[in-house]
Amino acid sequence: MFTFLERFADLVVLRWLGLDVETHLGGALHFFVYDTLKIFLLLSTIIFFVAIIRTWFPPERTKRILSHKREYVGNVMAALLGIVTPFCSCSAVPLFIGFVESGVPLGVTFSFLISSPMVNEIALILLWGMFGWQVALIYIGTGLLVAIVAGIVIGRLKMERHVQDYVWEIKVGDVDVAEQSWSERFAYARDYTTGLLKKIWPYVVIGIGIGAFIHGYVPQDFLLKWAGRDNPFAVPLAVILGVPLYANAAGVIPIVQALTAKGMAIGTVLAFMMAVTALSLPEAVILSNVLKKRLLATFFGVVAVAIMMVGYLFNLIL
Amino acid sequence: MKIEVLGSGCTKCVQLYDNVKKALALAGKEAEVIKVQDIPSIMKYGVMSTPALVIDGKVKFSGKLATAEEIRGML
Repeated sequence: MFTFLERFADLVVLRWLGLDVETHLGGALHFFVYDTLKIFLLLSTIIFFVAIIRTWFPPERTKRILSHKREYVGNVMAALLGIVTPFCSCSAVPLFIGFVESGVPLGVTFSFLISSPMVNEIALILLWGMFGWQVALIYIGTGLLVAIVAGIVIGRLKMERHVQDYVWEIKVGDVDVAEQSWSERFAYARDYTTGLLKKIWPYVVIGIGIGAFIHGYVPQDFLLKWAGRDNPFAVPLAVILGVPLYANAAGVIPIVQALTAKGMAIGTVLAFMMAVTALSLPEAVILSNVLKKRLLATFFGVVAVAIMMVGYLFNLIL
Repeated sequence: MKIEVLGSGCTKCVQLYDNVKKALALAGKEAEVIKVQDIPSIMKYGVMSTPALVIDGKVKFSGKLATAEEIRGML
């Protein structure tokens, strides 16, 4: 599928620079040129199409769909809608209040809050581009599962009184979402894509750069001992390391891909990716506006445990 | 005319406020432009993603930034 990019990378490294791909420098440069082009091609086209799909699912409509849904059905629908509803942690507070105030059960709300940042198009594109579509599909499947199960668990714990009290007193109005025209949808998708690319491109390039360096210079099997499948501490460590890396999700995957080539196990990779996207400190700070400490800690704890289980599972079976 | 820019201080909210001012200048109209930053007031309009624009009590759009030209068409 990307053979023309491979040829272009060959052309740059072999012909123009006269380097051998078997050398450290040649190998690293080839990886950098090929992967940068491939990732940006994937990013710009897929983000654009995802953005168009999202224009049909404003949060106000998603809220109405999920309102008064029962356990299980509600959790599954919330996790799925989390993929297509545009979400930014900066509006997590109005989103959360809007959901619970219009009768979306707490557990269902959490299924949405977990799936929405975790199963996002940037993570999927990068996983697809760097690990292949199988890993990307496994990530979607297990990500949805984590969101559904964690939401059900949190719902069962009946923690409604651990939501900040003022939340229950707010009266939420109902807004009619105007149907958009096709030109408005395209304009939204165009602005969204360019805005997002402008924001993440340095991280992606730096990530691919570091990945290329590791690829070319770090010895094979270097990480087998620490991050291989036989080390039981690799998964929890990957989850802990993933939490502070939120803003750099786009830059992390190329590095991780290079680490995998040096012996990091795939379950550990999945757990790491999920921790990077689903558990973030800025989001915790924002959510502390609506959640009391107990519920916030429960949310992080349940999700972290679910992610680690995914990590161990795939280290066992793959 | 009363224009309200809903949003709790994000970059896009500030840009939207500036664009509203520009739109008014473009249209040669005058209006009261208010930044609404507290969550309960934002929620009263049922808006769940910010920034959002409210003109005379009606939500015009939410969760996006509009250009001065676009806003001018809504005045």
